[in-house]
Amino acid sequence: MTTRNSLVRRMAVRAAGHAITLFARIIAAPRADWRGIAPEQKQRVYYANHVSNGDMPMIWSVLPAALRRQTRPVAAADYWLKTPLRAFAGAEVFRAVLIDRRPEARTSDPMEAILAAIEEGSSLIIFPEGNRNMTDDPLLPFKAGLYNIAKARPDVDLVPTWVANLNAILPKGEVIPLPLICTVTFGSPVHIQPDEGKDAFLARASTALSDLAPPLHDRVAKGEEARA
Amino acid sequence: MTSTTGDIALLVIGTFALLTALTFLGEVLALRRPGPVVETYRTRVHSWWAMVILFGLALILGQAGVTLLFAFAAFAALREFLTFSTKARADHLSLALAFFAVLPLQFLFVWLGWTGLFTVFIPVYAFLLLPIVSVLRGNSDRFLMRVAETQWGLMICVYCASHVPALMTLDIPGIGDRSVLLIAFLIMVVQLGDLLDFWFGRRIGRHKIAPGLSPKTWEGMLAGVASAALIGAVVAWLTPFGVLGAAGMAALASATGMFGNLVLAAIKRDKGVNDWSHLIPGQGGFLDQLDSVLFAAPVFYHVAHLVWMP
Repeated sequence: MTTRNSLVRRMAVRAAGHAITLFARIIAAPRADWRGIAPEQKQRVYYANHVSNGDMPMIWSVLPAALRRQTRPVAAADYWLKTPLRAFAGAEVFRAVLIDRRPEARTSDPMEAILAAIEEGSSLIIFPEGNRNMTDDPLLPFKAGLYNIAKARPDVDLVPTWVANLNAILPKGEVIPLPLICTVTFGSPVHIQPDEGKDAFLARASTALSDLAPPLHDRVAKGEEARA
Repeated sequence: MTSTTGDIALLVIGTFALLTALTFLGEVLALRRPGPVVETYRTRVHSWWAMVILFGLALILGQAGVTLLFAFAAFAALREFLTFSTKARADHLSLALAFFAVLPLQFLFVWLGWTGLFTVFIPVYAFLLLPIVSVLRGNSDRFLMRVAETQWGLMICVYCASHVPALMTLDIPGIGDRSVLLIAFLIMVVQLGDLLDFWFGRRIGRHKIAPGLSPKTWEGMLAGVASAALIGAVVAWLTPFGVLGAAGMAALASATGMFGNLVLAAIKRDKGVNDWSHLIPGQGGFLDQLDSVLFAAPVFYHVAHLVWMP
């Protein structure tokens, strides 16, 4: 009984994974632009800009299947454990490293979970801004997480990953996604310098990411909230 | 088998023979002189196979098939255009309406043959309605730019594209069920004219039409249009235009298409992109592939209407 259950579950996980990539492809025809690195089997931390809940599935969809299997997104537990469906998708389909964003309530150190996932050989997708960016600026200031990873594991490639257009495809508060084309650009890996401080490193990593943003048209959709 | 089906079969066989020859050439070149140029050529021939097979199937299915095929092509083209257009969050609903209401309705009206409606639906009703939907959100920042670019996208990608299946609603005397062949005629002369323009331009091209924007030359274009006219005369049996009429229509469609290609090249340059997308391997996007056909279709439709309909 248990084996059959787990078989059914494994198949459900695979089917859900295919459904998510297919849905992403129909809506946004996402394209990977491997500008700074090649899509090869190598342990990496993809750090990306965050404007929409679709960011992570979009990056996940453009990774070649073999790379996708070894890549786990780092995601907020409060979001991904809210409903049973999200819990299934988050924990089993994406195999997310779930972390608690509320420092006052958490019982475990999120950095430990992240480093443990790197230790077991997984690549990661992380959003170093911590929250969805609703401002006019291309990026919010990065949280310390990326610096801590870089310092603990200087050998792992930190790959800046720019997801373009998702703020226009599904802005916060809208229901119908626009079928615009989404491009995911992977830049050249960033590594920490021996005597580089936290702020200097985070600024450098942030610039490496925002440099990948396409000129103008990507940022047009924002600004309204700031002006309103 | 009716004569129309027979003629479609003849066209399909002819095109398949041509593509088989081109594929064979690609395989030989890949063995003799392997390199990126040959690889690009082979990718393009493969994409041509896919397009010809899809188009052939649509022709065989008749009006429903052609309408559906061009509705999908219009959707893909509109998505490419609006990806790069000026827009704001306030336009979200009007853009959603453009994709999910205006586009399907336009092709539905074409399929139903409601000429009075499909010729004014986008230029009048969508033109007035979508800015109203946008303005209700109260954001005036670059408002004219936003609504104008959305409307332009709809006109080119949906309105113009819908004039290809609309050719089947033309009731030219004596055309019967052969109107589907008009579509094959239009696509063939425009696409082959483009190819020959490129080919001649590389060999005899001297004077650029729009320097700094496109490699197109006046010599290449003239030779391309003349070749399109010649091809039009050879396949005049597809049309009710007669040999001279077919040559003239082919030249007109081909020339309009080439200038359309230039217009869209200027838009791409302005938006800072080389191709509209990556969706057709080796060719760029749907809009890169279709730009000339989109410009040619409404002109072809209206001139056929003016000259050959009593």
